[in-house]
Amino acid sequence: MTSFPTRILGDLAVPLAGLILLALYPSQQAFLAQIAITAILVLSLDLVVGFAGLATLGHAAMFGAGAYAAGLYALHVWSEPLTGLIAGALAGAVVAGATALMLMRAHGLTFLMMTVAISQVLYEIVSKARDVTGGDDGLFGFTMQPVLGVWEFDFFGKLAFWYSLAVLWIVFVLLRRLMVTPFGQTVRAIRDDAGRVGSLGGRVYRHRVVVYTLSGGIAGLAGALSAQTVQVVGLSSLSVTYSAEILVMLVLGGTGRLWGALVGTLVFTVIHHYAASIDPVRWMLFIGLILVVIVLFLPGGLTRGIALIHAWLTGRRAP
Amino acid sequence: MASLLASILIDGFAYGMVLFMVSVGLTVTLGLMRFVNLAHGMFAMIGGYAAASLITMAGVPYILALILAAIVAGIIALGLEISVIRWMYGRPELDQVLLTIGLVFIGIALAGMLFGNSLVPVPLPDMLRGASDLGFRVMPTQRIVAAVVGLLSLLAIWLLLDRTMFGIRLRATVDNARAAGELGINTRRVYAIAFSVGAALAGLGGVVGAELLPVEPYYPLKYLVLFLAVVAVGGPGSVFGSLIAALLLGTVETAGKYLAPGFATIGLFVVMLLVLSWRPDGLFHRKSRL
Repeated sequence: MTSFPTRILGDLAVPLAGLILLALYPSQQAFLAQIAITAILVLSLDLVVGFAGLATLGHAAMFGAGAYAAGLYALHVWSEPLTGLIAGALAGAVVAGATALMLMRAHGLTFLMMTVAISQVLYEIVSKARDVTGGDDGLFGFTMQPVLGVWEFDFFGKLAFWYSLAVLWIVFVLLRRLMVTPFGQTVRAIRDDAGRVGSLGGRVYRHRVVVYTLSGGIAGLAGALSAQTVQVVGLSSLSVTYSAEILVMLVLGGTGRLWGALVGTLVFTVIHHYAASIDPVRWMLFIGLILVVIVLFLPGGLTRGIALIHAWLTGRRAP
Repeated sequence: MASLLASILIDGFAYGMVLFMVSVGLTVTLGLMRFVNLAHGMFAMIGGYAAASLITMAGVPYILALILAAIVAGIIALGLEISVIRWMYGRPELDQVLLTIGLVFIGIALAGMLFGNSLVPVPLPDMLRGASDLGFRVMPTQRIVAAVVGLLSLLAIWLLLDRTMFGIRLRATVDNARAAGELGINTRRVYAIAFSVGAALAGLGGVVGAELLPVEPYYPLKYLVLFLAVVAVGGPGSVFGSLIAALLLGTVETAGKYLAPGFATIGLFVVMLLVLSWRPDGLFHRKSRL
């Protein structure tokens, strides 16, 4: 177990990193807010992929559901942001929970394919329901009230940055706590050997459904944040390509470690930002190469690489 | 009404045979090596591009181009198996998924660079162009070609599995890879050949199915779910199961296209999700037999 100061330091890392990035890119706060939101989504993906050990290519379904729910909520119900976040998280959790009942009976390739199919069904429904969702044009035309009635959303993304960073911090700290609870330990045990947990009396199916629903709720939260800060929701937020992209971020950073999700998102989005000028075809080649190289040569991603270097420098064995 | 039903069944059959040709290799690799290969659709795309280039650039006759395309797909698959995929058997599923989705992205990018981002038609000889009159209805000759080639590959697969020494070795390896290895079967070679033959069949399916599944760089990603669905619904590892699943899903999607064009995809996915909720291991799940 980590000592008390290390734990506190770990909790403070997110705001510290946020401040450092703010100092480095003072004029790009909207971009930094985007990174924070994506990091929340990738953290939620890590719950499913890294901690529960389930390979999914449909995680964007919950992100998109949260984004559309928050957008529609702001448009038709109330444009207060915090309740909007709750609406988004609920939408993500409902989509995840309902599909998990079906998904968690399958495994392997069938599971993977069903996650893709579910997100494509959702994509088709949203794209057909033009009157409600705007279809291909996206959902727009909603404005948000100030956060807590005090801080106004601005054109430069100043508030978006602080708002997203705060939510990311809360999610990260809570997830760190969750991982060491009996529930978190059981989920990891199921990943390592589901059969054994089952024969010891653990409820494999129920734990998987719960962790998937929780993860969906967090993904929905990220979607709601994205809808509120950008004030447009596009169909691409539901696409399989986006699911694959966040999976690449997670793998780049390292699965099964919350740090991995943060590092992966940061590195990937910064590279993407600078590589925006190269055409999408080459970008795709680049992503593909990253995936192949990491799987073949550095399973565990960048954070494992850092751990290996650290172990080599201090002369200890890698964890 | 009756003619509508007949149209659905005939078109669905042609479409189903294309799906079967492309997917059968996937079910074998999954049943044999427990290898989750998301990049399988790439071999169909490679076949399509190879045939299109051979016909338009070198003027190769259609039938010859068809065979050469299958061989090209098979050889590329063999190269990939030996250089990369061989090392992934026995690795965690997630690693296999990630590696093969990485290969898909690389494939899309390379196809886009080499052939451009638009659809590439596979030109047909005059004899196969146009429509054929079946007595009660007229349908594109190309679809009849697809159905016939599909039936021929089915026959070839049956002969290969049931009547050759390789078939015996393959079935032995599926049943128990370790015992097969100890009896002197070179299981590594069996894996490599099975992978390559599966890819060649996919290449064949990519060429004759080019009218139904147009050849373009995003092909492996666009139809990924379709191919995976055939395998999952049929029961991974079951060749007979994938045939039934391919015909079922082909007919369902064709019916959707005739009856409610905007909702064909949703209909297909819903049917698939229902079947899989009812039988998560597919319709013809068998532990260790082809």
